[in-house]
Amino acid sequence: MTGIAAGGDAAGGDAVAGVATAGNAVAGEAVSAAVADAHRREWAFVLAATARVARDIDLAEECVQDAYVAALDAWSRQGIPRSPGAWLTTTARRRALDLLRRDRTLRAKLPLLIEPDSPPADGELPGPGGEPGAGEQAEDDVIPDDRLRLVFTCCHPALAREAQVALTLRLVCGLTTAETAQAFLVSEPTMAARVTRAKKKISAARITYRVPAAAELPDRLDAVLTVVHLLYTTGHTAPAGENLVRADLVDRAIGLARMIQALMPDEREVRGLLALLLLTDARRATRAAADGRLLLLEEQDRSRWDRAAIDEGAALVTDALRGGCPGRFALQAAIAALHAEAPSYGQTDWPQLLQLYGELLRAWPSPVVALNRAVVRAMADGAEAGLAEIRELELDGRLDGYRYLPAAKADLLRRLGRRGEAAQAYQAALELTDNYAERDFLTRRIAEVSATPE
Amino acid sequence: MTQYAILIYENEASYAGASQEVWQTAMEAHGRFAEQVVEKGGKILGGEALQPTPTATSIRGDVVTDGPFAETKEALGGFYLIEARDLDHALDIAKLCPAPYGGVEVRPVMDTSGG
Repeated sequence: MTGIAAGGDAAGGDAVAGVATAGNAVAGEAVSAAVADAHRREWAFVLAATARVARDIDLAEECVQDAYVAALDAWSRQGIPRSPGAWLTTTARRRALDLLRRDRTLRAKLPLLIEPDSPPADGELPGPGGEPGAGEQAEDDVIPDDRLRLVFTCCHPALAREAQVALTLRLVCGLTTAETAQAFLVSEPTMAARVTRAKKKISAARITYRVPAAAELPDRLDAVLTVVHLLYTTGHTAPAGENLVRADLVDRAIGLARMIQALMPDEREVRGLLALLLLTDARRATRAAADGRLLLLEEQDRSRWDRAAIDEGAALVTDALRGGCPGRFALQAAIAALHAEAPSYGQTDWPQLLQLYGELLRAWPSPVVALNRAVVRAMADGAEAGLAEIRELELDGRLDGYRYLPAAKADLLRRLGRRGEAAQAYQAALELTDNYAERDFLTRRIAEVSATPE
Repeated sequence: MTQYAILIYENEASYAGASQEVWQTAMEAHGRFAEQVVEKGGKILGGEALQPTPTATSIRGDVVTDGPFAETKEALGGFYLIEARDLDHALDIAKLCPAPYGGVEVRPVMDTSGG
């Protein structure tokens, strides 16, 4: 895993290399832009590599923040380095080592992040001294890519799901506490407490800073992918507020999936997740009308779907399905691909979809999957057949309070012309959502089915 | 190595009036667990089974009351103190700890040496 010095994104480094003429002052704007760019692209790489040396998340975070601040000044004077990520990492790691050497109490603390294979020798890094020069490239090769360790630590199953998500946004994406709080619509103190609690548990319970062993990898990877998917869905349909989609969260999630895919190219489920996100996101522009009204799949303008994203997603799906026994993300992606590639809603291959949902339900026995299958069953075998499956789910009770159950039921009742029952079900769904676009959609449906007498 | 407590929470009703065989099975299971901990590279530093909660007496301030500190369906019935490399190792070991009528909680032991 060594050798990819700056997050495997050489293009980013090369793009700014032209202004790196040592000795000449570089325009402030160019430097700010380069630092901001490096923050977006390289944060996870820099923090992950620094955490290995600091062996403490808080210390690592502090040193990385310092390095970004130092970059503003140093890059103005010396030029923007060819590999900003390597420069930042070297600076942050030196700072961490300096602090550890100087501060006896820091050093005396337990090695909080355990590095099981080879403890970092002091000799691995140059001794304390000045900042690395702009053209310093020699060390690039010795900085290992620790981003996977960081991701797996953030998503350790001993942490609550909400803590996993918060830590991932904070440590892997480099979001501030305020931004993370905003993303999940909680107050800043609440989010700060959540992050602090999780970090304390990591150090007190000694959650290891490592990529899990092969035997535990499937479960642990599933937790990571679930966190990324949760980030995506939170952005895809914001639980509350005026905008249906929160593009910032959606882009973060896709960025994370891309990063994990680049780091674990052989994991089919990672490929499946990336495909799923791309294929779903390809429809982003058509999910709501200009006035914010929610548009159903059948109403969306397919000519405006993002073809490039669909092609990329479809190619990934093919790879993810190869080899048999596909996982739940690969299967969901296959379902999304079938929708994305259908020329029209009416021409969707419903029997094939129904079969994929059957496989998905076996790989992932979730009542939400069963609900989706019921909707597809209605398309393949008629609304009555779908309704029967939904009734079973209602009796099952696990989806009590899940807004898409009454919404799906209402839609089938409407299609069967049972308007009174449909109105009731739409009303039940309305009471369960705070998203403005969804509320608006359901309110209009209630008006429609109430307008004409039975 | 870090110390962890494995706290065994089980439904006491399952043991109340249990036959000799049930006890025998439980004892054998714990005996096997002790061997497995060693195989896993961990170490048992101590541990005890506790008498059921009707024998408990709680003290809050100066007030002494009959019964356990918290009334719960599954009560603390015993514990182990183990040594493990890290949390993953401790969880790996704790998964083997017999608790057929409940489950276990793993807690890191606080280092109070002040070092």
